[in-house]
Amino acid sequence: MGRLSRSYTLAVFWPRLMRNRLAVAGGSVVLALFVVSLCASFLSPFNPSSIHAYSVLSPPSWHHWCGTDELGRDVLSRLLYGSRVSLKVGFVAVGIAVTIGTVVGLVSGYYGGLVDAVLMRLVDVMLCFPAFFLILAIITFLEPSIWYIMMVIGLTGWMGVARLVRAETLSIREMDYILAARCIGCSNLRIIFRHILPNAMAPVLVSASLGIAGAILTESALSFLGIGVQPPTPSWGNILASGKDFIEFAWWLSLFPGLAILITVLSYNLLGEGIRDALDPRIKR
Amino acid sequence: MSVYLLKRVFLLIPLMLGITLITFTVIHLAPGEPVEMQMAMNPKVGKDARDRLTKFYGLDRPLHEQYFGWVANLSRLDLGRSFSSDSRPVLDKIKERLPVTISLNFIALLLEFGLAIPIGVLAATRRDTLFDKGITFFVFIGFAVPTFWLALLLMYFFGVRLGWLPISGLHSLGSDTWGTVRYLTDMAKHLIMPVLVASFGSLAGMSRYMRSAMLNVIGQDYMVTARAKGLSERTVIWKHGLRNALLPLITLLGFSIPGLIGGSVIFETIYAIPGMGQLFYQAVMSRDYPVVMGVLVIGAFLTLSGNLIADVCYAFADPRIRQGKG
Repeated sequence: MGRLSRSYTLAVFWPRLMRNRLAVAGGSVVLALFVVSLCASFLSPFNPSSIHAYSVLSPPSWHHWCGTDELGRDVLSRLLYGSRVSLKVGFVAVGIAVTIGTVVGLVSGYYGGLVDAVLMRLVDVMLCFPAFFLILAIITFLEPSIWYIMMVIGLTGWMGVARLVRAETLSIREMDYILAARCIGCSNLRIIFRHILPNAMAPVLVSASLGIAGAILTESALSFLGIGVQPPTPSWGNILASGKDFIEFAWWLSLFPGLAILITVLSYNLLGEGIRDALDPRIKR
Repeated sequence: MSVYLLKRVFLLIPLMLGITLITFTVIHLAPGEPVEMQMAMNPKVGKDARDRLTKFYGLDRPLHEQYFGWVANLSRLDLGRSFSSDSRPVLDKIKERLPVTISLNFIALLLEFGLAIPIGVLAATRRDTLFDKGITFFVFIGFAVPTFWLALLLMYFFGVRLGWLPISGLHSLGSDTWGTVRYLTDMAKHLIMPVLVASFGSLAGMSRYMRSAMLNVIGQDYMVTARAKGLSERTVIWKHGLRNALLPLITLLGFSIPGLIGGSVIFETIYAIPGMGQLFYQAVMSRDYPVVMGVLVIGAFLTLSGNLIADVCYAFADPRIRQGKG
């Protein structure tokens, strides 16, 4: 691990990542999903919320590639629009988790002592709760909104990053360049954010990529239980929820959104593992 | 060893206090009054009836008083009474649900270990072969499959399409009048799908963990020694290697408890199994504060004790720690 300086990125990290075929495949799917969610309105064959009473629950056909749902809406179009929710939730939730985790880890590792003890006990306590219970308990007491979902997933998912960054900070703190920075009179804040933070970020990249996958899974589970993204806004989880109600007559309502989640989560995981391997100097290819 | 144990138990106290504090904060910072839920059922209730209810549940007292009152009751194992219409003690409700969730997860864990250990060892000893790559692929799929989707697909396939397995509950209707054998086979049939779903997700992680633990062990000197003194490859791997590779798995077991309990919400609601997960889901949906807080605290305490037990087991299982200073 180490600093992702420009020359290092170009000379070592990038070629190593590119040689990992699975990571490249995962990364390509991730990029493709960005394009899909940006261009959902051009790509969708139908309006995702227009209701057609004459084609309710029709199976996949040339007209409707993934069939229609219980209101006659085109499932493919809803899946394409649903990718927006997943993308948003993944990035915002992980952004929150990474920000909190990084700050806690930096402060804890740099100052040590009582601050460290208190913050790390907080991490221990938070890790004791079954995360999904905690999320459910908070979400149901709030107005259903995608922003709350992202916040709650972020607020319950920062502990891993905090431990990671703390460990990095502990070793970076002892480096000579930190001593040098202190000698020329840098303030603590400057040392933490200008000297330690950039050098501690590499492993965070890995857990961010894996975290996005986890956040997408959590959001879909919440929407599946009916307390996540509310209809008529399409999300992969709430399409699956109606798939559950009609599972006896309409398998396509359950199959396609599940596949979409599977492929997305798989891609982020492959990308994350690829980054981990590319950053790890012990693995030689 | 005993000093180590004492230290660990002593450390539990601040953690337990932290758990109660976070549980209380989470529930009481949330907007909306629990009394409103009961009011919504009956629009005729006037303001004084509402005040009486608020007073009855102690919701009119200042927050810190409510907190200390709650913790004091908690220390006497009194979790209060449910807000639902039966208003039974929360502890009783949890007591009848907990065994279901624990035994279901226990069966799932046995299945996981039974599969993950041989899979991990085989993948490690056949590193970079087709078998290893196939397993790695399966592991990645396993990480990415949403459990509720898997549950749905199994339900559709084995329950609806083929009609082989019952799709909800733990028993068939009228099974209480059947003989023991028929009763148990009926229950086993009900358990197949939930257990499969419960074990699938962690199976992937567990076998990957087992693989890397085994890879670590394979490079050790004592493995070379074992081979050098002429032991068969089977003894070297499955006796000398496996026993050392199993050690870190104990810690993993402790860490996996919150995930197991949390995951139970999903398959218990889908398969209508009367366990902790279903209880929690229902409580959360009806804003049954005492039950929500009770399940959160008990779930976190279970994790805490699970971690402690795992650490102690680790110390006992590893002679280097057992006989050392510890």
